[in-house]
Amino acid sequence: MTQITYDARGLAEPFADAPRIAEVDGTRARFDAQDLTTRTINLELRRLLYEEGVEEVEIDNPGSRHSLAVGILTRCRITINGSLGYFGCGLIDGPEIHVTGRVGWSACENMMSGVVVVDGNAGSLTGAALRGGDVVVRGRVGARTGIDQKGGTIIVGGDAGSMTGFMMQRGRIVILGDVGPGLGDSMYDGTIYVAGTVKSLGIDCVPGEWTDADTELVERKFRIYGLGDPPELQKFVCGKVLYNYDSLEPAERKLVI
Amino acid sequence: MCGIAGIIYRDGSQHPIGDEMTRMLQSMKHRGPDSTGYALYGSPENGNLVMRYKLADANTPRDFEFEERLRRHRAIVESRLAALGARIDEVEEETPYAFRVSFDYDGDLKLLADFVEDIPEAEVLSLGRALEIVKDLGDAESVHDQYGLSGFTGTHGIGHVRMATESEVDIAGAHPYWAYPYSDVAVVHNGQLTNYFMWRRRLERAGRRFMSECDSEIIAVYLAEEMSKGASLKEAMDKSLDELDGVFTYIAVTKDELGVAKDELAAKPLVLYESDGLVALASEEIAIRQVVEGEIDTYDPFEREVLVWAR
Repeated sequence: MTQITYDARGLAEPFADAPRIAEVDGTRARFDAQDLTTRTINLELRRLLYEEGVEEVEIDNPGSRHSLAVGILTRCRITINGSLGYFGCGLIDGPEIHVTGRVGWSACENMMSGVVVVDGNAGSLTGAALRGGDVVVRGRVGARTGIDQKGGTIIVGGDAGSMTGFMMQRGRIVILGDVGPGLGDSMYDGTIYVAGTVKSLGIDCVPGEWTDADTELVERKFRIYGLGDPPELQKFVCGKVLYNYDSLEPAERKLVI
Repeated sequence: MCGIAGIIYRDGSQHPIGDEMTRMLQSMKHRGPDSTGYALYGSPENGNLVMRYKLADANTPRDFEFEERLRRHRAIVESRLAALGARIDEVEEETPYAFRVSFDYDGDLKLLADFVEDIPEAEVLSLGRALEIVKDLGDAESVHDQYGLSGFTGTHGIGHVRMATESEVDIAGAHPYWAYPYSDVAVVHNGQLTNYFMWRRRLERAGRRFMSECDSEIIAVYLAEEMSKGASLKEAMDKSLDELDGVFTYIAVTKDELGVAKDELAAKPLVLYESDGLVALASEEIAIRQVVEGEIDTYDPFEREVLVWAR
């Protein structure tokens, strides 16, 4: 791995250029990230997708580096052969990404649309503030999965840690394993499906009524990602007892009256 | 933020843990550039006790008498060890203010540590038959070079890169912490303890001394205190989950064991790699990749998990 250089302000490689090492074959490209830095990997990826018109990129040896494949705003297909560190695949809009290893904390944070499939485990805060798209983690995830989720679907093949769906506002979380304490704590809206056991429910998270729309959604997602027949799932939604939108602040009350 | 790391070889074989830990910590430099520390478990010659101590801090103001004072205090340390009946084998000067002394001694360790720390500005960083704590300001590579860790072999070790939030940037505030006065127990910690002062007062009343204002210092002493009452490392760590408040992930080591504990919110990161030969753990997977080749399977432990491995 090459040494990262910093400028006088402490910024990492502010004037780096794309290394232009990828082998391009029509609309497909592949490059080895072994000797590149975080910034040059991302610059090479952007060069291929935005300048070379490549639609499928394969990256080898990501080496668990942080902040890879972030901010990609075009439809494309990216395969990452290995593991990512923190903030992988964040802020993306459109790509279909397949990570063959694992991801660290805050993967797919603030994702707008697209698909991210992770074959291994994920750290905490997976899909934080997710806005849309699908995040599929075949392994287990850490704590606070789908914190502040505002849309999209998160599917977890294994167990999930504490406070899954903390403060979620919209969207769906499907956990096929067991979940830790405080499931759906302070959630505003959205739906959480759990196949295994729930250690404890968070504040204002209650069991919900199963409908045909739930069956349709779960079957469709399982079919798309080849997860087999869906197991029996429990559904959890917001109890809405903490909803206090009708009571106005004193200053607001004056305006209304 | 801080970064922590640990490695233990399960078969008890000797490995260059000084270099391995340096690579792990250097890869997490961005988590804490203030200071770097190591707690390494080697095998001192002839089964001697090893004491690491410092006679000034890295950023103590250097006045005209600074060097003279260090020379004088160093002579007092050695004469006091001799007065207690310790037969000094070797004294190494790692930096002008930090020393490593190995000696043969079977008396009371608390008495010895107190006698040394009675000298102005002296602090015993570690004392034990395997444990050696090395800590200083700067990143892992500079501490590694300064203290000549490249030749250090051992069975297990932990390390810490510090981003100071609660106390001063100096060696006294750097991790790992030795569990004064119990030999061979050390802790690194990433997090904040909110009932620090309560525990500090409680432990001080029980006769323990604290050299810094850093909350992490109480964890080592707390665990050693529990173990001295007969608890195993695992039992002591399990109990700490209820008795210590705040957010934390800490790694504790004894002569034969390495354990990790996470708080009930799982607020601080930890990535774990387990194989038949070794266990490596760190705040970020990138650190584990410095010591394990190829693609690896790692996972993050959940909340309130306590895991202990023996060498």
